[in-house]
Amino acid sequence: MNAQSPNDYSAYPDANGRFGDYGGRYVAETLMPLVLDLGQAYEDAKNDSAFHAEMSGYMTHYVGRPSPLYFAERLTQHFGGAKIYFKRDELNHTGAHKINNCIGQILLARRMGKTRIIAETGAGQHGVATATVCARFGYPCIVYMGATDVERQKPNVFRMNLLGAEVRPVTSGTGTLKDAMNEAMRDWVTNVDDTYYIIGTAAGPHPYPAMVRDFQSVIGIEARAQMMEREGRLPDAIVACIGGGSNAIGLFHPFLADENVRLIGVEAAGHGLSTGQHAASLTGGRPGVLHGNKTYLLQDDDGQIIDAHSISAGLDYPGIGPEHSWLHDVGRAQYVSATDQEALDAFQLCSQLEGIIPALEPAHALARVGDVAKELGKDGIVLMNLCGRGDKDIFTVAEALGSRL
Amino acid sequence: MTRMRQNRITSRFESLKQEGRAGLITYIMAGDPDVETAFEILKGLPAAGADLIELGFPFSDPMAEGPPIQRAALRALKAGMTLRGTLDLVRRFRVNDQTTPIILMGYTNPVLTYGFGPFAADAAAAGVDGLIIVDSPPEEAAELSDALDVAGISLIRLTAPTTDDKRLETVVKRTSGFVYYVSVAGVTGVKEADAATVAPAVARVRKASNLPVAVGFGIKTPERAAAVARVADAVVVGSALVEEIASAAATDSLAAPKVLASVAALAKAVRLARLDVSVT
Repeated sequence: MNAQSPNDYSAYPDANGRFGDYGGRYVAETLMPLVLDLGQAYEDAKNDSAFHAEMSGYMTHYVGRPSPLYFAERLTQHFGGAKIYFKRDELNHTGAHKINNCIGQILLARRMGKTRIIAETGAGQHGVATATVCARFGYPCIVYMGATDVERQKPNVFRMNLLGAEVRPVTSGTGTLKDAMNEAMRDWVTNVDDTYYIIGTAAGPHPYPAMVRDFQSVIGIEARAQMMEREGRLPDAIVACIGGGSNAIGLFHPFLADENVRLIGVEAAGHGLSTGQHAASLTGGRPGVLHGNKTYLLQDDDGQIIDAHSISAGLDYPGIGPEHSWLHDVGRAQYVSATDQEALDAFQLCSQLEGIIPALEPAHALARVGDVAKELGKDGIVLMNLCGRGDKDIFTVAEALGSRL
Repeated sequence: MTRMRQNRITSRFESLKQEGRAGLITYIMAGDPDVETAFEILKGLPAAGADLIELGFPFSDPMAEGPPIQRAALRALKAGMTLRGTLDLVRRFRVNDQTTPIILMGYTNPVLTYGFGPFAADAAAAGVDGLIIVDSPPEEAAELSDALDVAGISLIRLTAPTTDDKRLETVVKRTSGFVYYVSVAGVTGVKEADAATVAPAVARVRKASNLPVAVGFGIKTPERAAAVARVADAVVVGSALVEEIASAAATDSLAAPKVLASVAALAKAVRLARLDVSVT
């Protein structure tokens, strides 16, 4: 809005963890020294080629990267506009982009000599990814999950248990993802000596938004190179869904300097923005402070956080990563939304036309890809991050479509 | 006017020093379990022996609180309490009490939503003396500090067992009133403070700052309060009182007399604490 557009987007965050006015480190003093330590440890790791080499090895042989760039031919025909490409991050080990970040953070935790891992999870995808790396690297793992989510995401709870993690249902507050995050912070503040907190999205106190972005940037770095190889040019637009926004910032970040590439984030409009039951923090919220960072939030007139609603548990968060808030204000990225119903329609369309059952999260992105493809026309190219597979969502979708499993 | 407000905390600590005892700081949540009961308790605190009052204003996501204060915040929100409503309570309290310092305690977002400048002005006019914002470390507090300075409200800082000597200098830099030492690494009202670590920690804070040192988190009983009162300038009790409000509200019994009786017991223990030392 009135924020000034920078010359070099990659120079952010600044030393205080700020993306313009957003981000920062709004945590209790007990955590502040730990957050500062983590920032230093991450800086050191970032400058250590051995850290990158090790991470890259696990990305290749354990996660299965690079993920393919796929031309969605039948969807392209269906919409009759620009060529539609998918970045297939749903093919990663554990079925979503979440593992990219978890590999990075578990290696950092080991480097810091931590011996106990905690995480928060909404739908359970980040919880499963965290439980996975904890099993692989031999760490005890505690995952905080809202009590209502534990109830409706039983398969993922069972997966986490199989992987050896303890899932702690969170009944405080309203028992949702934001409360799970509060509870993880409370655990961290209580176990300051041995515990590493793996945050699952590009939010939280600095350095998390920058660190998670960096670990997820593998998505955009690969996609950019793959697109150059396939099409000999960059796409006209790239699209990703946004809850906290980690898959989107991972896709966007390597394209920030390419001013001709439109960046489009799709928030969850739930039952519709006008109903107040949605998860569109940028479209329907305003700046505030939650979970250690300043960013757009769903909140009332007194600054109390309002529960988000989305059919997709992964987007069901009343905030958004601070870098998105900044990209929104400076106008570098554009943020739109898709309702539950639009996501359900896109979910079925993708399943039936491409033989890919997408997660409900990227189904939100797909719901807007058609519009973008039509707008760009036949000469255009649009790239979407297919950030997760839909197996986890079949119960939710079945219920929404009126069938019982 | 500004000077007077600023001095309510300072003069209270000066008189405590003259009396040769530590102060008792009691925490309750505004609007818990309902607006009028909270006001009745607030009104009765000075007579029951509270030397300073911490009044929480509710936030939906109180990251550093244990279950008792989390639940208190939810009860208060359900009762319709807001930051504006909290200032109303202070205004009503000031009609009959011009001397007991009141410190508001809570989280950044409601204050940011109110606007730092307007909040500071309204809070000062209502009779607020100090502010503790749990999730506003010095690195993020410049703008808020500026607004509070203009209004003459003390920004009181928390220091923790994890705050090392070097960082302590930063933490106490732009603060006034007193320094609040969080005696356990953890949330409010869960772990009990280890008495043996409190004395050296208080000494460490005193080395970094000339301000009085209050100790809180995990102090639940008169015995523990007395132990801390021997080494600190003030003792903060919160969750234990908030739990009593909760149980009274749950059983429909009168919360105010019950809580105020507990405050009286704590006050007695704090007042006798150093005498005990000299006797034994």
